[in-house]
Amino acid sequence: MIQDLLISEPSLLNATIFLLLAVLFLFVVLGFVTYAILSERKVMGLMQMRIGPNQLGGRWGLLQTVADVLKLLLKEDTIPKLADRPLFIIAPILAFAPSFMVLAVLPLTDKLQFADIGVGLLYYVAISGITTVGIVTAGWSSNNKYALIGGMRAAAQMISYEIPLVMSLVGVVLLTGSLNLNEIVAAQENLWFIVLQPVAFLIFIIASVAELNRVPFDLPEAESELVAGYFVEYSGFRWAMFMLSEYVYMFAMASLTTVLFLGGWNSLPFLGFIPAAVWFALKFSAVVFLLIWIRITLPRLRSDQLMEFGWKVLLPIALANIMVTAILKELFPNIF
Amino acid sequence: MIRIEEMLLNVGPQHPSTHGVFRLVIKIDGEIIKEATPVIGYLHRGTEKLAENLQYTQIIPYTDRMDYLAAMTNNYVLCHAVETMMDLKIPDRAEYLRVLSMELGRVASHLVWWGTFLLDLGATSPFLYAFREREMIINLLNELSGARLTFNYMRVGGVKWDAPEGWIEKVRDFVPYMREQLKGYHQLVTGNEIFMNRVKGIGAYTKEDALNYSLSGANLRCTGVKWDLRKDEPYSIYDRFDFDVPVRESGDAWARYHCRIEEIEESLKIIEQCVEQFPSDGPIMAKVPKIVKVPKGEGFVRIESPRGEIGCYIASEGKKEPYRLKFRRPSFYNLQILPKLLQGENMANLVTILGAIDIVLGEVDG
Repeated sequence: MIQDLLISEPSLLNATIFLLLAVLFLFVVLGFVTYAILSERKVMGLMQMRIGPNQLGGRWGLLQTVADVLKLLLKEDTIPKLADRPLFIIAPILAFAPSFMVLAVLPLTDKLQFADIGVGLLYYVAISGITTVGIVTAGWSSNNKYALIGGMRAAAQMISYEIPLVMSLVGVVLLTGSLNLNEIVAAQENLWFIVLQPVAFLIFIIASVAELNRVPFDLPEAESELVAGYFVEYSGFRWAMFMLSEYVYMFAMASLTTVLFLGGWNSLPFLGFIPAAVWFALKFSAVVFLLIWIRITLPRLRSDQLMEFGWKVLLPIALANIMVTAILKELFPNIF
Repeated sequence: MIRIEEMLLNVGPQHPSTHGVFRLVIKIDGEIIKEATPVIGYLHRGTEKLAENLQYTQIIPYTDRMDYLAAMTNNYVLCHAVETMMDLKIPDRAEYLRVLSMELGRVASHLVWWGTFLLDLGATSPFLYAFREREMIINLLNELSGARLTFNYMRVGGVKWDAPEGWIEKVRDFVPYMREQLKGYHQLVTGNEIFMNRVKGIGAYTKEDALNYSLSGANLRCTGVKWDLRKDEPYSIYDRFDFDVPVRESGDAWARYHCRIEEIEESLKIIEQCVEQFPSDGPIMAKVPKIVKVPKGEGFVRIESPRGEIGCYIASEGKKEPYRLKFRRPSFYNLQILPKLLQGENMANLVTILGAIDIVLGEVDG
């Protein structure tokens, strides 16, 4: 339906429908964020032998996050006296806006995608990089030493991980011959790229955890070292915006992993009767669970080790992967 | 023009990784620490001065509040000092109860250290696993003394309460359970690549440094000095048990980690033997006058607490209160090497080094 809208003549009616759908999608994402936080706390509770939220909204705490958000909205909006006021205000928006922008290109099913652009993958990588600018701005403008260190760590981390991330994607692009996410999914109809590109998949998962600033790569906000890192001075809804962008990125990154390596909405053989959206949701949930699992299990890396790992391990492997993929594609054009 | 400036950063007294109200003023260049100055005293309560106006039995609850993670050891060091000066003979059953409670306390203390150390390194789960096991120990000690943390269990001449019925069996069951859990700890943490990278070679010092700074406990044993008062100057009934003293050579955080984890195993060995040898009957208090008066003179005893050598010095004028009471608090001495260790280290190593020393602020500030 959205595909039809995209190619139809521009008119007021079409634009309105498109807008309504976009708002609907926004609520889907917000709903995801709400319940991703809840499920993260629940899974964490389960793995750490605790109960997790169990008070608000029945015994599963279904309304816990909603209540948290309400509380954050009602909090006093504080800006430190010596902070760089305009930058302090703009930083959460800078961090948060790109996280929603990247959602446009993600093909959730063959019919549900908001912008089918030829360089979709490139668009995703480029736009998501802007968030770091917001984080560095937040760290700088807060006039807090912990925040500053956190912001600087974020910048260093982005440079060291964006590059292996992109390089790991080149293998997928080589196999497909396109940067369009739709075509990448279509190319996996018979065989998912996780089989053809296992090395790229591993690099991608590691680099994406680093992109998401989650354990073991949560250096910019390292609680035990920097208290809260770049958002230490933020409270109330500005703080919520940072949190929101973090979880929207989790949504986006899990979707992207599904699209690139797990065959998107494609079903397993003989199970085609299950709707495409369900397939997507299943794979997507598995990736989200993996991200939560990693967070619960591992300790944090040190910043210099993280850079070393990014530049000296991930990048060379990613480059080697590109070369091997290219050679294999040349030798066995039928399989690859 | 580029202006280069060192940044002065206050770590604490309100900071997640300072384990209490400890403040560290550091000068950093980027993330490299140029100079570190510890500031202590936020938790100072003047225990030693207060004790000068208290009878000996009344001082015991104060010792609970020094090293609140291993309060039994603190109870014991005071009682032991008084008993040594009064030349008292302690009944066997009381000694066994004391050793059992002290060794259980040692396991609990090391578990808290293990959990919080990993929390400092960014892993959240081990903390909760460690506290699950610690909770069982605390419940055991609660059954014995009626308190979870500040036990006030020991008295001059023995212990206050006898073990309730079935308590010894519960302790016996705890030992194999804890051994099983330790295997899980090793699987989750010890072999973890990230963890090893974070602790290997961090905060290393030599044997000479350790001795010059008068470090004790695992902080000393990690450099290869095999020194444990339970073995080298046996007090109480420790000469009746067969156990090892874990030692490492490298002197870094990794070595300290191993020393402490293995100490848990050794403590379990002692507990096991203690349960086996536990006398089925007998008094739990020696014959002690109602008002304890220490004969005139001075005395000093030292024992092995989970954090190192804890000592107690009493100067008595033959009255019911001490003329002067002094505790050698191991955390305080162990902390002194911190500025030296932090020089030139990374910000992230700060929490590793501080965590590996294993301080309890109640003990540092006294």
